[in-house]
Amino acid sequence: MAKEWAELSPQEKREQRFQRWLSPPGVTFASPEAEKAYKERVTRFIKAFTLQKPDRVPCILPSLGLYPAYYAGTNLATVMYDFDEMKRAWRKVLHEFDADTFVPPVLVPPGPALEAVDYKLYKWPGHGLSPSTLSYQCVEGEYMKPDEYDALIRDPSDFWLRTYMPRVFGAFKAFTALPAWTSFEEIVIGNFLPFANPEVQAGLNAMMKAGAESLKWAAAVGEVSAEALAMGFPGVMSALAKAPFDTLGDTLRGTQGIMMDMFQRPQKVHEAMERIASIAINNALASVAGAVAPIVMMPLHKGADTFMSVKQYETFYWPTFKKVIMAFVNEGITPVLFAEGSYNKRLDIIGDLPKGTVAWYFDQTDMAEAKKKIGDRCCIMGNVPTSLMMTGTPQQVKEHCRKLIEVCGKGGGYVLAGGASVDAGNPENMRAMMEAAREYGKY
Amino acid sequence: MSGDFVNLLADLKEDEVIKLTKKRLDAKEDPLKILEDSRKGMEIVGKRFAGGEYFLPELVFSGELLKQITEMVKPYLKGEATQKRLGKVVIGTVAGDIHDIGLNIVDFMLDVNGFEVTNLGVDVSAEKFVKAVQDTKAPIVGLSGFLTPAFDAMKDTIEALDKAGLRKNIKVMIGGGQMDDEVRKYAKADAYGKDAMAAVSLAKQWIGAS
Repeated sequence: MAKEWAELSPQEKREQRFQRWLSPPGVTFASPEAEKAYKERVTRFIKAFTLQKPDRVPCILPSLGLYPAYYAGTNLATVMYDFDEMKRAWRKVLHEFDADTFVPPVLVPPGPALEAVDYKLYKWPGHGLSPSTLSYQCVEGEYMKPDEYDALIRDPSDFWLRTYMPRVFGAFKAFTALPAWTSFEEIVIGNFLPFANPEVQAGLNAMMKAGAESLKWAAAVGEVSAEALAMGFPGVMSALAKAPFDTLGDTLRGTQGIMMDMFQRPQKVHEAMERIASIAINNALASVAGAVAPIVMMPLHKGADTFMSVKQYETFYWPTFKKVIMAFVNEGITPVLFAEGSYNKRLDIIGDLPKGTVAWYFDQTDMAEAKKKIGDRCCIMGNVPTSLMMTGTPQQVKEHCRKLIEVCGKGGGYVLAGGASVDAGNPENMRAMMEAAREYGKY
Repeated sequence: MSGDFVNLLADLKEDEVIKLTKKRLDAKEDPLKILEDSRKGMEIVGKRFAGGEYFLPELVFSGELLKQITEMVKPYLKGEATQKRLGKVVIGTVAGDIHDIGLNIVDFMLDVNGFEVTNLGVDVSAEKFVKAVQDTKAPIVGLSGFLTPAFDAMKDTIEALDKAGLRKNIKVMIGGGQMDDEVRKYAKADAYGKDAMAAVSLAKQWIGAS
């Protein structure tokens, strides 16, 4: 490296990261053909993300979340606990779909680890939901009280450890008795005493057990992931990050809580979001550092059209969200901004980002409008309706894709993708989508 | 005082409307009148929501204000306050789905528009819907769902209503997250509503009140 990393411009950083994605260190491809196909696939995505014309429109099938469990004839309840079954299901998808990308089972949470710590924030099949349910679901609640903003703002990590975690993990209930880590200063006298508490010890043991269980899971995921890379299928996300408003609204205060706070303590909401922004940035940068694809996926929730007004979006949602986006852009990382629900009323705001540095992934937004309003600055992705993927015919899917490509594909900067992800349904619909990208997506 | 009160509530002026509630109670005003004014205020909130002026935060906050006012008024009430309702609606989030934000907006909007709502909550089995329709004799059922597993749960629920011999007497609407007209056809519902306002106009239309 001629220049130190810190001296590089965002553009130079982006190029270096893309180079690393194209030639990932430590990956041995199964064959020269696999390597060639890998480079072609990655190039296709890089060009779309940077608003150029690839050889054809790249495609991300909406089957990459939990669908493989269904496809392989098993279910989420099984693969969350039986990692051999998990590997079998994901491999089956890997080998039977000639797609542009592959997502290893990173979105399958390890059941034994969650059980070890008695995780209460989520319900999953067989654990609060019927065993046949195909997804896990968040149990929204007020995990942070309205009078706890100051504690969060003062020291988020401390708040997390001693207030938030005891509420969402049954096994960590006694962590309220822990000392603040910052109390370990100078000669330590009595600081370790809380660790003699049997309930604290049980909590720490549970945490270690969750670690051991996660390690087994990670080995299984790593195996599938390495196989996919060797076969020439790149991943398209290396980390997840959230908009600060969503962290506060989904995770801490709950929908009800945050919306009250917008009226009753707006200043605290802003201060808290500033604190959360830098945490979100650092966490995602750390994840990307060890990964191959320089992409951060940001699933967006409470800023959708129906959740708040344009003015509220501009006041509460966008400023700290943009701050997080820009931190990634300045580090040469491409954020994929997944706007769940619809974002039709946000299109005049969200294009205000450096040209060719982000991809907006839409669920139910009007794609023609999106192309018109932000397509010259941002790559757009989406949005074959989930309902069509799950209940339509392959012909209907293919036709829908053709129209999308016709409208959004013009001039490059488009990735054909689903709306939300699909957990079940006719695999031929997935293949029809791939076929549409190949047949109608050529530039 | 009453006109101010309605507007203060509709404009979400927390301090002012609470102060005025206290003042009215101290002046020994009829508590039922205060509740009636609250209803009028909430009706305006509902209208502003329908008109795109208010969003979810305003609904949530107005609900909180109403709760505060009702709590204050309660000790002064002698009997139950009853009001004439347009008709009954049973709503709930279908089995396997635990999302309720949209469900509660629909509840709110149907309520402020004069419907008597039985909200069954989340993860509601087909049997529970059947029982609620039998118990309430509601002519309208609203199925809510956010995630894709809801497609089948909606279909199953409507089939169960059919098997129980109730289907022909009721109208079923669906809505939420990934629902759309495709899902409506798949689940054999009567209508898909894209938002809470659609739920209100469908309910009014079906009950012959629009």
